[in-house]
Parts: sequence; structure tokens; C-alpha cells
Amino acid sequence: MERIKKEIEPKSNEIVVDMEDVRLGFGEKIVLKRVNLKLKRGENLVILGRSGQGKSVAIKCIVGMLTQDEGSVKVFGDEVSEKNETELKELRTRIGFLFQSGALYDSMSVRENLEFPLTRVLRMREQDELDKNVDEVLEAVGLKDAIDKMPSDLSGGMRKRVGLARTLIVKPEIMLYDEPTTGLDPITSREISELIMQMQKKYKTSSIIITHDMECARITADRILVLDNGEFIAEGSYKELESSDKKIVRSFFK
Amino acid sequence: MAEQEVSGWKKWVEESGEQVNFLGAFFRNVFTGGFEWNEFVRQCYQIGYRSFTLVGITSFIMGVVLTLQSRPTLVKFGANSMLPLMVSVSIIREIGPVITALICAGKISSGIGAELGSMKVTEQIDAMEVSGANPMQYLVVTRILATTLMIPLLTLLGDAIGLFGSFLAVNISDHMSWMLYFNKCLKAISFSDLLPAFTKTIFFGFAIGFIGCYKGFNSNKGTESVGIAANSAVVNASLWIFFLDVVAVQLSQILFY
Ligand SMILES: Nc1ncnc2c1ncn2[C@@H]1O[C@H](COP(=O)(O)OP(=O)(O)OP(=O)(O)O)[C@@H](O)[C@H]1O
Ligand SMILES: [Mg+2]
Repeated sequence: MERIKKEIEPKSNEIVVDMEDVRLGFGEKIVLKRVNLKLKRGENLVILGRSGQGKSVAIKCIVGMLTQDEGSVKVFGDEVSEKNETELKELRTRIGFLFQSGALYDSMSVRENLEFPLTRVLRMREQDELDKNVDEVLEAVGLKDAIDKMPSDLSGGMRKRVGLARTLIVKPEIMLYDEPTTGLDPITSREISELIMQMQKKYKTSSIIITHDMECARITADRILVLDNGEFIAEGSYKELESSDKKIVRSFFK
Repeated sequence: MAEQEVSGWKKWVEESGEQVNFLGAFFRNVFTGGFEWNEFVRQCYQIGYRSFTLVGITSFIMGVVLTLQSRPTLVKFGANSMLPLMVSVSIIREIGPVITALICAGKISSGIGAELGSMKVTEQIDAMEVSGANPMQYLVVTRILATTLMIPLLTLLGDAIGLFGSFLAVNISDHMSWMLYFNKCLKAISFSDLLPAFTKTIFFGFAIGFIGCYKGFNSNKGTESVGIAANSAVVNASLWIFFLDVVAVQLSQILFY
């Protein structure tokens, strides 16, 4: 019931990420053939696809870590590859990127990891304010006890959650989650999926979620895209794709 | 075959170009502000602390060995009173700076290369960049400036310890008071020895930090590239030290003698 309500809830029609006919290769190897993707404001878009199909590559174009060979990638209406260093930096402060690996700074404690984007990007100075933000976000990912630990003392799942906390702490307008629940137990996975929903509700975050976890897709997705062979081969809601006539699409839902 | 040679050259030219770019990025970041004082101090401490023992021991042994080796020759010419002069001039002008720099190339440059290399592999540098923070400022500027400051200091300490080693070695066979020895050394060393020697250690320090950072920052993805980054940092930093040394010697010949 709740699901249905969500689907008909009107989203704003503003398009925040717009990829058009994006082609990208490394040397001879073409990874993205023709990728078209539109992300609306406030929407949760899930990308499914087998390993090595270029899902991570696609979202790296959005933050300008990789540049497409052809086509255009527009974020908030501006072409990313045409931005200069300052503009790119400014854009990046509005986008959160959760790395598949978590990418914690391993010379810093959890607290320092979380303070890093606050002090360096948001230029926050007051210790009270820093503490407040750090506590709040750690509470959200359920890791309050780990605040003074070093990344090397954390388990893989904990590291992932700290990585998520570090991305969420600056409250970005667009969130790019690269496999947020991979390697986590079902309970934590569910919590993370719900956290993604919370972010969407509370801060009107628009998100792209790459995942292999169908439970996560079911909970979070407003819309799902399936990437295969460098193109999106299917688009629709969870229900629609579950009964898709393409075999490869259906096979994700088993 | 010919094609391979061409691509080898091409790669070399490309890499030189990249290094120049990296150098440019370093200077841009030094002057744009937002300097990371805490990280800089931490790096200075780490670099000084991690290398002090090694530099100290090596310099001490160099001082002792140099003295013991030179003594017989000087005695043959009846010039053993010249021993402090000879040893102090060689330590201060050449051996101290170069040995210290080479040790630090092995220890610090490779350390920086491996550290930044593994940060690159585990996407930490990408994460920093994508978050809108500035990895160049936080990781590179601090480390290069720290080595540029600490290598000269380590060299001064190394020189002093080397001279002390030499003093002990002199006293194995002769008796010479510390005051006398020290006086002889001071008389032997002029400003025109100290200044070029000190100046070149600044460049050595810069090269050590720069090469380590460049190799680490630009290493490929994949775990073996961490090893490659560390390794080529040592090799390149050492080569640069010798190259800079030749240039420094030539320059100081022209300027001071
Ligand atoms: N920097 C790079 N240089 C060269 N090739 C790359 C680079 N990044 C990705 N690739 C290649 O692009 C392809 C797609 O990689 P990508 O990481 O996007 O896969 P993915 O869909 O995210 O897979 P997974 O689900 O396993 O994370 C892979 O074959 C990979 O080898
Ligand atoms: Mg991936």
C-alpha cells in the first residue's frame, strides 16, 4: 500500500542529471556504448547490471572523475566536462559519492574522517558544531561506539557505513551510491536502504543507487534501469521489470 | 624495434610533461592558501623522527670510517694535523648532504610513494577529490614542504654527528681535545663551504618529496603498482640527487671560487 502511494507521489520535473548518448572507452575497450539517463529531483534511481558492465564508470562521469568520449553529461543543467577546476569543485560539494570500497582515509580515525569534509569543504570551524554533525550522522548509521577507532580496526561492513556517513554528512543534493549494501548482513542492509529513503524524504536528495541487492532495490527504487553491454536495456518500476519480457532483466529478480 | 624505441621516448617525454604539470599544480596550491598546518607539522615530525636514527648512525659511521681511512695517507706525508680539516671539509661539503639525501630517498621518498600509492589504489585520493576537498593541498603540498624543510635539518644534524664520530676516531690513535678538534674544524670550514652545501640540501629535500608524491599520486590502480610507485620513487629520487649535486658543484665553483 505504502509502495503504491509512493509511486504516484508527484516528483518535481526538474532534471538534475542528464546523460545523453554517452560513449566512453578505455583504449580499444568500449565500456559505455550509448548511455541515456535522466535523474529527476527527489527521485531514487536504481541501476542494475552485471559485474564489469560499467555502472561505476557511468556515475564517475557525473562527478567529472572520468570524461566521456562522446555525448553529454549535464548536472544541474551544465555540461560537466566543460567546467574548470573551480566550477568542478563547486559542483562536487553538491554531490555525494559513496565509493564501492568505502575509501576511508586510513591515516585518520573515524571522527577525523567525518570531520574532514566538514572542515575542508563546508569550512566549518566550531568544535561544537562539528561534534553535533558527527554524532548525528554516526547515530544514523548506527556506529556511535566506533567514533575513535581507526579504519583498520573496523570490519568491512562498518567501514562501508562510515564511508556512507562521511558522504551524507555534508547533506548533498545528489547522492551517488556505488553498491551501498554489498558485503553487509541482511539486517544492516535493510537499515542502510531505509537510511537512503530517509535522506530522500528529509533532504529531498536525488539519488542514483547501484546495487546487486534486490531487497535494497525494492525498498529504495522509484525507477530502475538495467545496464547491459554498454546500454540501458530496460527501464521501469520494480513491479514492471519483475515481469519484463526480457530474460536477462527477469533474471535479476530471482 | 624502432617503433618500440619511439614509444619509449614518447613515454619519457609524456612523463616529463606530466611532472612539469604536477610541479605547476604544486606551486599553484602553495600560493592559493588554505594551507594545512596540522598535517604539515605532523609530516615534519614523522619525517624527522622516522629518519633521525638512521641518518645519525650512518653519519657517525661515515665520520669514523673516513677518519680511519684518511689517517695513514696523511701520516705518510707528515700531515696528520690536517686530519680534522680534511674530514670536516669533505663531510660538510659533500658526504654529509649526499649520504643523508640518499638515505632519505630510500626511506622517505619510498614511504611517501607507497603511502600515496596505496591511497590511490584504495580510491582515497579520488574520494577526497570528489568530495570537493583538495588532495593536492592536503597530501602533496604538506609532504613536499615538509621534506624541503626537514632534509636540510637532518643533514645539519648528520654533519654534526659525523664530525663527532671523526673526533672519536682521531682519539683512537692520537690525543686531541674536543676544543682543539672543534677549533680546527671551524677554521677549515668557510662560509663558501656551508652556504652551497646547505642550499643544495634544500633542493635535495624538495626532490625527495616531489618524486615520492608524484610517483604515489600518479600510480596505477592495482596492488602491485604500490610497490612500483615506491620503487621508482627511490630510483628517481636518487638519480635526481646525483644530478642536482653535479649542478650544485658546478654552480658553486662558478660563484665562489
Ligand atoms: N580507470 C579505468 N581504466 C581502464 N579500465 C577501466 C577503468 N575503470 C573501469 N574500467 C573498465 O571498465 C569496465 C567497467 O567497470 P566498472 O567498474 O564500471 O564495472 P561495474 O559495472 O561497476 O562492475 P561491479 O559491479 O563489479 O562494480 C571494466 O571492464 C573495467 O575493467
Ligand atoms: Mg562498480
